[in-house]
Amino acid sequence: MINIYDVLETIKMIDEENLDIRTITMGISLLDCMGEDIDSVCTKIYDKITKKAEKLVETGCEIEKQYGIPIINKRISVTPMAMVASACKGGDYVKLAKALDKAAKQTGVNFIGGYSALVHKGYTESDKRLIASIAQSLAETDFVCSSVNVATTRAGINMDAVREMGKVVSDSAKLTADKNCIGAAKLVVFANAVEDNPFMAGAFHGVGEPECVINVGVSGPGVISSALKKHPDADLSEVAEVIKKTAFKITRMGQLVATEASKRLDVPFGIVDLSLAPTPAIGDSVAHILEEIGLESCGAHGTTAALAMLNDAVKKGGVMASSHVGGLSGAFIPVSEDAGMIDAAKSGALTLSKLEAMTAVCSVGIDMVIIPGDTPADIISAIIADEAAIGVVNSKTTAVRVVPAVGKTAGEELEFGGLLGGGPVMPVNTCSPAKMIARGGRIPAPIQSLKN
Amino acid sequence: MKAVISVIGHDAKGIIAKVSSICAEHETNIIDITQSVMKEYFAMVMVTELCDSNFSALSASLADFEKASGMKVHVMHEDIFNSMHRI
Repeated sequence: MINIYDVLETIKMIDEENLDIRTITMGISLLDCMGEDIDSVCTKIYDKITKKAEKLVETGCEIEKQYGIPIINKRISVTPMAMVASACKGGDYVKLAKALDKAAKQTGVNFIGGYSALVHKGYTESDKRLIASIAQSLAETDFVCSSVNVATTRAGINMDAVREMGKVVSDSAKLTADKNCIGAAKLVVFANAVEDNPFMAGAFHGVGEPECVINVGVSGPGVISSALKKHPDADLSEVAEVIKKTAFKITRMGQLVATEASKRLDVPFGIVDLSLAPTPAIGDSVAHILEEIGLESCGAHGTTAALAMLNDAVKKGGVMASSHVGGLSGAFIPVSEDAGMIDAAKSGALTLSKLEAMTAVCSVGIDMVIIPGDTPADIISAIIADEAAIGVVNSKTTAVRVVPAVGKTAGEELEFGGLLGGGPVMPVNTCSPAKMIARGGRIPAPIQSLKN
Repeated sequence: MKAVISVIGHDAKGIIAKVSSICAEHETNIIDITQSVMKEYFAMVMVTELCDSNFSALSASLADFEKASGMKVHVMHEDIFNSMHRI
């Protein structure tokens, strides 16, 4: 017999602590859509996506209803578009983004990721054309997300790409200045990007992936926060245990939904991403977990240590709960999407430098940070370079998703609404890195032994 | 499929009777039932068996009961509890 207390615990997690499945993401390979004529490539892309993902949203809603667990997002990731378009002779790449956008709207998903290029060691002609079209593509579409991988531990950092991406981020914000600079919020610059990430804006379907796959991202910062509230005086060993046990339960639910979605859609199950993904809703904040552990505010000294423990315990608890784990797996720290981070940034307790340190131990990187609109492109490039260095040296994924708020300065606020939230413009260090960024070239891959 | 129906709220007369009659209307067999009253709060968990095709209608009727009674009513596939609480 199912225990009454277990039932009540699960219901409380869902009703009061914002437990949900953050996303079911269908990865679709578009490698067979290549061709010389860009218009026919666009048609093939649209046809393939709409056929494969025809029932994705419907199936997601069915599972949601039958299991009583909210599934917030249904999304699609595709093969990096720079590869798909590499055989095209001429033509405007914005057309490809529009084809993706049209397919997203037809299938009813709320984001499609994969307008991407992998340039960690260098560019193909197609990579160059795609990167040059990113700002325009993001401005002319609603649901397309873009990502560019500029560094890996094995290849080092492509500083030419880093320099260029600073400009692309800046242009993406400028071209969407009338829409709260949303373009930059749909663009991620990665180091060590993963091929099976279900989360936006950085999702793409890697070339090592099967034809079609289902990846699931879970969430539940509120559940962990509530569990910790019951242990106000526990030492940190016990705190880590509580986080592990709670992460196990959250992930089991993700595994169940992933398996069920895979069965109903007749698409192989890929991975569960063991993530703590916050939303701006009250009680759904990663920062509040850190504060529950015992910090006056997220950003205080001690934040990096608390986050490191949280991130590790989430993985340890989650790994046993799922048959295949992957994606970004860990705690996300997107500032504008987390009520506690927003408050900490407003009060000045959380600075960009502290966030940078936190990215060395969290799942991704500098995420959804709003910076002054007049920040020069080379400073954005330098922020990217710093993050890439942390990722490359520590053999982990790091990323930068900053939004220059056009026409705004530090202390003012920018609102996106919905899951993307909003928050204060955070000051950046304005000392110029221009000379270093202008040098270009590549930072060599780091040595992998003599680890101290 | 097996579905778990839970009802939580202020205690009142005839809650189980009403939920049971909704189950009967939708050809849902009640396998097990547990209830507990903590102070004035009532919590009841019912494990039921029904055809997949009856789930939507049962779920809709229980949603109507939720609105009319002011209680919190959930109906969820049994597997969600098994996967979360059993290894």
